[in-house]
Amino acid sequence: MSASIVRDTRLAKRRRELMVCAVLAAIALALALLGLVVGAYTVALPDLLATLVGQGSAKDNFIVLQLRLPRVTIAIVVGIAFALSGALFQALFSNPLASPDIIGITTGASSAAVAAILILGLSGLTVSLFAFVGALAVATAIYLLSSSGGASSYRFVLVGIAFAFLLHGVLGYLLTRADVRDAQGALVWLVGSLSGTRWVDIAVAGAGVAVLLPVVALLAPRLRVLQLGDSSASGLGVRVAPVRLGLLTVAVALAAVGTAAVGPIAFVAFVCGPIARRLLRTGGTGLVASALVGVVLVLGSDFAAQHLLGDTQVPVGIITGAVGAPYLLWLLARANRTRGDS
Amino acid sequence: MTTAATRGRLFLGLALCLAVLLIVLFLSLALGARQVALGTTLEALFAPDAGNADHRVIRELRIPRTLLGLVAGAALGLAGSIMQGLTRNPLADPGLLGVNAGASLFVVLGITWFGIAGTTGQVWLAFAGAAVATVIVYAVGSGRAGATPISLTLAGSAVTAAMTSIITLLLLGNLDTLNQYRFWAVGSLVGRDLEALLALAPFLAVGLVLALSLGRMLNVLALGDDLASGLGQSVLRTRVLSAVAVVILCGCATSLAGPIVFVGLVVPHLARRITGPDYRWILAFSLLLGATLLVAADVIGRLVVLPGELEAGLVVAFVGAPVMIALVRGSRLGAL
Repeated sequence: MSASIVRDTRLAKRRRELMVCAVLAAIALALALLGLVVGAYTVALPDLLATLVGQGSAKDNFIVLQLRLPRVTIAIVVGIAFALSGALFQALFSNPLASPDIIGITTGASSAAVAAILILGLSGLTVSLFAFVGALAVATAIYLLSSSGGASSYRFVLVGIAFAFLLHGVLGYLLTRADVRDAQGALVWLVGSLSGTRWVDIAVAGAGVAVLLPVVALLAPRLRVLQLGDSSASGLGVRVAPVRLGLLTVAVALAAVGTAAVGPIAFVAFVCGPIARRLLRTGGTGLVASALVGVVLVLGSDFAAQHLLGDTQVPVGIITGAVGAPYLLWLLARANRTRGDS
Repeated sequence: MTTAATRGRLFLGLALCLAVLLIVLFLSLALGARQVALGTTLEALFAPDAGNADHRVIRELRIPRTLLGLVAGAALGLAGSIMQGLTRNPLADPGLLGVNAGASLFVVLGITWFGIAGTTGQVWLAFAGAAVATVIVYAVGSGRAGATPISLTLAGSAVTAAMTSIITLLLLGNLDTLNQYRFWAVGSLVGRDLEALLALAPFLAVGLVLALSLGRMLNVLALGDDLASGLGQSVLRTRVLSAVAVVILCGCATSLAGPIVFVGLVVPHLARRITGPDYRWILAFSLLLGATLLVAADVIGRLVVLPGELEAGLVVAFVGAPVMIALVRGSRLGAL
């Protein structure tokens, strides 16, 4: 009797998860098509399909394959990277605020990239390399400084915040030392923009995500056990410390790949996990749903960034920031009330 | 509570801190890219000669920034102590908890949307922004279970991230505001005039008096909310008065010197090392130590990269972040 109830609940949960993911995937597909079709020059749907299979006119080929498809593709790639990274961080530290953009990881990437832009005068892939290395270096420093006899998670978060504020100071310093126009250019990078993406950027970011996704899939089942608490997890036969470190490394690498490709698009890493959990209502980590939410969010925001303000195009980070910042503040204000109830 | 002997020792310590502060203030007048002899510095103070270039540098450039550092540092040190006492949280700091970021956001909003550039307008905006951020942090930090250091600090960092993101949005389309803002945001004491300081003097006076009078209430609050109200203290009144003091002090400091982080974190810990847990003494020491720290940071920033300068806010960050990391590593980080 009770076994069948458990089975039924499990089935219902699974069904809900599948449904949510299917709906999200459909929305993502629709947004991707919209991004390919709509613009200053509208490509008709049959022409779009013809172009995608290599039968398009020269004009359609250029507009779709060189201008729009790279932008849509990178949106999907970084959407997955940011969302998974944020969801992993939040699950590892069991705190919805502990996302890489709040505990210093992306700030590390930003500082390195802005230094590369303003001091060394670099651009393109070399800036991405600086950002990637910056994120990893800062994450390693945080890890080493926070681990004395087993990395406890709260120390990682707090040391990370110390780094975030320190690096904010460095960023501010770098911005004051440059010509104001260069500073504005660096600011665009700091906001995060998908315009001007080339296929080589996508290849690099895509390769990174392709390597990291299987690792996430491999470690994800253990993450659910970790969430029961460290002692329960080790009682269930999970080696807590290495699994934790492995997941942390993957999460940092995902954030680094995403930031290196397009800059730190504000709050994508932060909001996807909570949104996915709210949609699922199953209490799990919902990594797949989070990734899909990330894709929908970045695609939708980039579409809005291109078309919402008429002819003026804004970086995609403007949209996610304008939506994400108030959401974050609301979440913070609400956190108190829910705690008061319990 | 304090015996006569320890009280004597604490007064001695206070006198020592005052002496150190005076020395640092004098160094701040004497040292810099332009080398001025110590005797000339004294002359410039007490027998100024309008034709002397050295005297002009000291009176027109170094005195304003020194006074600014003195005032802003003292305000931030006090605000940090009050926040740590109020939240019983060793990592509370007006910068870390987002109060300064809130003030910055409102100042930027004022510049971009309403064209408010004058000091008096800006300070009201800074007050409003600091108040909004304080309310948000309170909302997170004063749940029934109370906030742990980690949840409160995360909330502060998140508030800062949100505010910074909105600021960036505003700056992106506006080259002029960006140009004004970037020099202010890095926490510099350079290039402000004394008029701003004079305009803020009444607010600062109120903030300082209020802050220094909070010591006894914070001592009782340190026993816990239940015990405090059992002892006949209105916990709500303490919280409101403390919040008002923090908002005034942070609003003033931020509108004068920009969003400076870590002064309010480091100073109370130093003070507590000297005084023990009595907030009446902690507040007095924080006032002096905060001023000393910020002015000293400004002097160091002037000397390390001659002939260039590092901003005081950046120097403080490089001192403060390691202190924070040491605090996080060292202790069990229980509630204060």
